[in-house]
Amino acid sequence: MDLNYAALLPEILLAVAGILLMLAIPVLPSRQQVRLGYAASLALAAALVTALLQWGDHGPAFFGMVSMDALGGAARILFLVSSAAVALISVSYLKRERLRHGEYFPLLLMATVGMSLMAVSADLIMTFLGLEILSISSYVLAGYRRGDPRSNESALKYFLLGAFSTAFMLYGIALLYGAAGSTKYAGIAEAATQGQAETATFLLGLGLLLVGFGFKAALAPLHVWTPDVYQGAPVPITAHLAVGSKAAVLITLLRLLHQVFPASADQWQTLLWIASAATMIIGNVAALTQTDVKRLLAYSSIAHAGYILLGVIANSPRGAQGVLFYLAAYSLMTLGAFAVVQVFARREERFTKLEDFRGIGYRHPLLSVSLTIFLLSLIGIPPTAGFYGKLFLFSAAVEADLVALVILAVLASAVGLYYYLQLIVLMFMKEAASPPEPVPVPLAARIVILLMAAGTLYLGVYPAQVLSIAGEAAGL
Amino acid sequence: MIEYFWLALVPPLAGFLFNGLAGKRLPARIVSGAGCAAIGASFLFLLAVFAEFIRLPASEQQIVHRLFTWIQAGTFTAECSFLLDPLSMIMLLVITGVGFLIHVYSTAYMKGESGLYRYFAYLNLFIFMMSLLVMAGNYLLLFVGWEGVGLCSYLLIGYYIERRSAGDAAKKAFVVNRVGDACFLLGVFLIFKTFGTLEFGSLFETVSRTHPQPEGGFTVLAAITLLLFLGATGKSAQIPLQVWLPDAMEGPTPVSALIHAATMVTAGVYLVVRSAALYSRAPDVLLLVAVVGVLTALLAALTALVQRDIKKVLAYSTISQLGYMFMALGVGAFSTGIFHLFTHAFFKALLFLGAGSVLLRLHHELDLFRMGGLKNSLRVTCWTMWVGTAALAGIVPLSGFFSKDEILWRALDSPLGHPVFWVAGLVVAGLTAFYMCRLMFLAFYGSPAHGHGESGSEAGTAVTAPLTLLAGAAAVAGLIGLPAYLGDHRLDRFLEPVFRYSYDHGVSASHASHSLELLAAGAALAISLLGGALAYRLYARDRSLPRRLADRFPAIHGTLQRQFRIDEAYSLFVVGGLKALSRRVLWRVVDVGVVDGAVNGTASLFRRWSGVAARMQSGNTRTYAAWIVTGAALVFLYLLSVIG
Amino acid sequence: MGMVPATHYLALGAVLFVIGVAGFIVRRNVITMFMSVELMLNAVNLTFLAYARTWNQVDAHIFVFFVMTVAAAEAAVGLALILGLDRHSQTLDIDSADKLQG
Repeated sequence: MDLNYAALLPEILLAVAGILLMLAIPVLPSRQQVRLGYAASLALAAALVTALLQWGDHGPAFFGMVSMDALGGAARILFLVSSAAVALISVSYLKRERLRHGEYFPLLLMATVGMSLMAVSADLIMTFLGLEILSISSYVLAGYRRGDPRSNESALKYFLLGAFSTAFMLYGIALLYGAAGSTKYAGIAEAATQGQAETATFLLGLGLLLVGFGFKAALAPLHVWTPDVYQGAPVPITAHLAVGSKAAVLITLLRLLHQVFPASADQWQTLLWIASAATMIIGNVAALTQTDVKRLLAYSSIAHAGYILLGVIANSPRGAQGVLFYLAAYSLMTLGAFAVVQVFARREERFTKLEDFRGIGYRHPLLSVSLTIFLLSLIGIPPTAGFYGKLFLFSAAVEADLVALVILAVLASAVGLYYYLQLIVLMFMKEAASPPEPVPVPLAARIVILLMAAGTLYLGVYPAQVLSIAGEAAGL
Repeated sequence: MIEYFWLALVPPLAGFLFNGLAGKRLPARIVSGAGCAAIGASFLFLLAVFAEFIRLPASEQQIVHRLFTWIQAGTFTAECSFLLDPLSMIMLLVITGVGFLIHVYSTAYMKGESGLYRYFAYLNLFIFMMSLLVMAGNYLLLFVGWEGVGLCSYLLIGYYIERRSAGDAAKKAFVVNRVGDACFLLGVFLIFKTFGTLEFGSLFETVSRTHPQPEGGFTVLAAITLLLFLGATGKSAQIPLQVWLPDAMEGPTPVSALIHAATMVTAGVYLVVRSAALYSRAPDVLLLVAVVGVLTALLAALTALVQRDIKKVLAYSTISQLGYMFMALGVGAFSTGIFHLFTHAFFKALLFLGAGSVLLRLHHELDLFRMGGLKNSLRVTCWTMWVGTAALAGIVPLSGFFSKDEILWRALDSPLGHPVFWVAGLVVAGLTAFYMCRLMFLAFYGSPAHGHGESGSEAGTAVTAPLTLLAGAAAVAGLIGLPAYLGDHRLDRFLEPVFRYSYDHGVSASHASHSLELLAAGAALAISLLGGALAYRLYARDRSLPRRLADRFPAIHGTLQRQFRIDEAYSLFVVGGLKALSRRVLWRVVDVGVVDGAVNGTASLFRRWSGVAARMQSGNTRTYAAWIVTGAALVFLYLLSVIG
Repeated sequence: MGMVPATHYLALGAVLFVIGVAGFIVRRNVITMFMSVELMLNAVNLTFLAYARTWNQVDAHIFVFFVMTVAAAEAAVGLALILGLDRHSQTLDIDSADKLQG
């Protein structure tokens, strides 16, 4: 058990790249700051290649703080792809909004490092560090539109409430340490089997840990920050929060509950059952009357976390497989949707209301059709990725005797039909009140959108390949 | 040759397709020529088949040809199979033979009509469907033909598309038939459920094995036969579904002759006879059949007494004669029913065609009281119609005498019969003679009304030839069914194999002496002559008496004329009731209240909940923090409860 | 002489934590809110140290360092964001930041 740098090579790569980019800021003239964006994308690509090459390498590293396995490997790739997409759409976004490129990309890279560290962590301290790296970077990124009071408000709320709930989580970690005498996953699991799992300290520690994670994953009733923060943040950052950040937290939660706390399954299953039900209902129902697209997608992502919890509650490898596949599908469709929203929002994000989507279908067929694909996938209509994701997830849940919750999930997603479809209807079947401003579509954004749409359809038609990867990652 | 008997279906179908698809642009001669040729070809082919058929020994006179397997679903198999046995042979000959004559007649009658191609196309299609009906080897295929003739009837009744009344009549026919069809189908389902097969041969054989004795009361067989009979009442215009036939006279007269006299309306009779194996084992239903037949015959004959429209008289006459046929079936005399069907086809078609000839001459004037004095200008029509009238009235030695007399005799003599039936049948015979002679006297004698000249002539050979041929047939057709005291009943012998699975109630064996039968025949003849004489007194000379009678008894006259107000009753209760139910209950309560209410109610409920959920997001950070603490507190409480 | 039992520290930690929570919810000044958060974090630190004593390990001490570092980073970021609030709405009242709602 020694250092084993190589295991964390992608993360090291990203961290170094981030630092270098930061150092380059004062050096580069402002007109060439765009290159920072491309450099960041390059770094992410390199990290992705490295992660792919390391796919089969398993084992501990950094003195047991980190443990590489299939789950971590798959998660890493997911985060890197997500961040790459965000980076690509951010370049043109920053240019359009006349924001400084300088600190944006190092922050994004750091956030990605945080996500990865969370996923491969084998110790609660490492998890905490990864979470905080991710969070703090995200606080800054959320408030990146310095001139926009809404961005500032979003970042402030995120920061305050985030710090608040991190404190809860830390208290939980402290209690767990107190009960188990170790912060390592293995140590805690062992202590649980040796009878600690019944003690008040342990259970309350677990509970507080869940509160902290619940906040980050936006599970009811801890979801309250999400609509405001998503609405105020710059659109690429909203995408980052909705996809990468959420996926990181959910995967970490999955690992924790399935590998560290199986002994307390009865307790956390009950808690998550209630949370999942409440999340699905609130997420879908509140979305019905939203008028802002970013806010609508925020509630949508809340609801989807509710669905994903089904796989977590199932407490089985099939459940984990469902979670991972669903996250892959969810990432594709959400990233794509936000990318389209970002393009349509135009300068200063003036056009983010539902009404602004009227009649836009025939003017920009490519984008609108892509958005339709993403929306249909979010509803869960075949042959899209979202359909299969729900199918696998729900069947794994049914296998684990969660029939009532699955029925609830199905009903809740039926409610979701309305608000997703209304966007499609507005785009294609209504007329715009007045001729809209032209929409410039940058090349990078176009590529990302098309790739996401292709991916969504691919997963919808041929899910087997990704499904087997997810299965491998889940330990099937 | 005989194995290909089913190919007789092809020419009518081909004629339909030809005229239907290409006829619009072809000259009238080709259209009508094609239509007639198709049926003529079928008839000639069937004659050849018949020649061969009749030389087969009786045991082999049952040929089944399976064309293909139509439906295969689990345990249910439906074949497309055709059956050629004495019954279907005779029906086919009648259909194509009379049908051919009517096609020829139509070339003259429908001359100059627009849409002629439609007429011949539908007429050919009708022959196809009717042939399919009688040729079918199982109930399902029979039902296809059944529905098909109903469709053609609808299309042809409503042929004059510019006339609103024609469309209404067509719809009425279709809707009333639908009710019967529904019952028919239920009966078929029940057959399949009980016996597992719909093929005639295997079904009747199974029935004869499993139910050797007839059973009274409400048995499965009783249910089946009842349902099938209800279907038959729809198609054959018996009580309670007879209301459509008088209205069907809106169609062209040849259509009335073919469909509503000679063939389609006999489908119900055919159905019951075909199902004799079932009916012979449900004596209670047979009784019902006889009662319905008798009542219908009586009702229709009474209504025919006071009709002014020439075609309506004939329509009610048809209903009445069909009632006779069902009465025969009801007392177990199945082949007698077929005998009367056979003879009736000839003289009724003849009468209709003759009426058509009159209409041609008088430019479609339908009112009998506006006719008169046509006997010189329409000589052929006149004497052929007299032949038809005499046949219908049962005057010896015309065909109607033999078939009608046999019915009356069987009604009296059969173990299932009853003197009441005989008496009622006798009354109907008298009434029949009366109203037919009334028609003849009003139309052909007396002074010409409304300035129709004495001059003028027949519409041509296309009209007179069929009339003559039919008259000849109406005259001699009775010879195949001579009663025992006169000779050999060839038809009975011919049809015997058809009933081999039926339960023999001993109907054909005569229980009483020949002399009683002769006496009965004489009584029938006498009453017919009486009716004719009465008509002569009232209508041939001084026509004032009927008028005075009508004025003395306006209520009776009105009731009779309006078919005992049955139409009004149906309209008020059945149609009105359904409409009220539909509007007040189904639409207002169920559709608007329940369905729309549920859908809209759910939507507004969700909208309200959505508002609530969204209001959780107040925008206030500290409120959000409170929510977080609330969540933590809930977790705490739950865990403490677990620990404690 | 007896050591102060660990439970006393734990209790103190819990009390401090609760005070921090209450302060966060009740106070409207952003800086005070942030101070409350810092109080909560320090309460956690105290809890860690109490357990470190119980288990006689050095791990928890290390963790406390991590927590302090992270808290410092958070403070830096947070104060920058608070400055932004002040610039936009000329106040430090958190309730003024309520434009995003529903």
